[in-house]
Amino acid sequence: MSAEQLLGYVEKLKAENPAWVADFKNAFNEVSVFVPRESIVAVCEFLKNQHDFDLLADICGADRGAEEDPRFEINYHLFSTVHFGRLRLKVLLSEDDPHVESVTSVWRTADWHERETFDMFGVVFDNHPDLRRILLPSDFDGHALRKDYPLRGYEPYNLT
Amino acid sequence: MGLENTLFESLPDVVTVKLDALVNWARKSSLWPATFGLACCAIEMMNTVSARNDLSRFGAETFRASPRQADVMIVSGRVSRKMAPVLRRIYDQMPEPKWVISMGACATSGGVFDNYAIVQGVDKIVPVDIYVPGCPPRPEMLVHAIMMLQDKIMKESVKDRRDTFEIESRQAIVPGTLPVTMGSESQTAARRADTRPYTIPSKHERRKSS
Repeated sequence: MSAEQLLGYVEKLKAENPAWVADFKNAFNEVSVFVPRESIVAVCEFLKNQHDFDLLADICGADRGAEEDPRFEINYHLFSTVHFGRLRLKVLLSEDDPHVESVTSVWRTADWHERETFDMFGVVFDNHPDLRRILLPSDFDGHALRKDYPLRGYEPYNLT
Repeated sequence: MGLENTLFESLPDVVTVKLDALVNWARKSSLWPATFGLACCAIEMMNTVSARNDLSRFGAETFRASPRQADVMIVSGRVSRKMAPVLRRIYDQMPEPKWVISMGACATSGGVFDNYAIVQGVDKIVPVDIYVPGCPPRPEMLVHAIMMLQDKIMKESVKDRRDTFEIESRQAIVPGTLPVTMGSESQTAARRADTRPYTIPSKHERRKSS
């Protein structure tokens, strides 16, 4: 799907509710939409129900660095099995309040993706049915993919 | 015809040997490793038992799927921090006598994975008898390690393998694992206070230190 068609979805989002699109970016024919965190569930429901983005390919977090504000970004990679378009939604979160609404009510598959993001970055997904660690051991201390997490872990956890 | 005739002609009816020599010979001649492949070293371990290298020449080809039937644990590959309690549990489920071969750089020292996710040497969790270097070791090196283990077994004594801690081993519980063999209750409490959860010695380890 061409970038023009994808940008069409950005226009449709803006037409539906101007508050939904804080910003958008077109890089290498991939379109990213920056969504305010209050409206992520509404945007996802709109894109899924009205524009056939029926598959949530991935949710992943990113830590932009401890000195950055907002520090975290959550990326939602959407895919459509109808028109094969790919769209990326970004939610920016500050370190002081890393909360975002869960999209498990829209796509059931978001469950484990959000657990992974919580596990690795400590971002809390509100109204998630079962927000536990999924990859790291349950007694793990800290969140491993944060930039300020030491490579060897904290003593005495690391067994070195 | 074969061996029987030769033995019958050359040996008396009754032969006296050391019990240790006989038992150790029996043990070393049928080492049964536990099937416990963790990473790429496991591919070399599989090659070791296959036709070209043929570990069965040394009596160690019978990889058992159950640790209850195994004598040797070949830790073949990196042990993640999440795998550590599982590995310890499998070790505890193996009946005495039991031995551990740490295969490859990752199992021995963490290898290139010097990070929070990988245990920096499997000897933090279980007592290791033979370390095999290499990344991964060639099958010949694993065969050599098995032969070195056989030499080591021949030097052991049955007396050292007596199970004198049966009752307390049934009562003891390591955090995060099944009940295992360990020291007295006071020692246990002291170790629980200690924050390194997977370093409680088994009978095997205590024997080495005493």
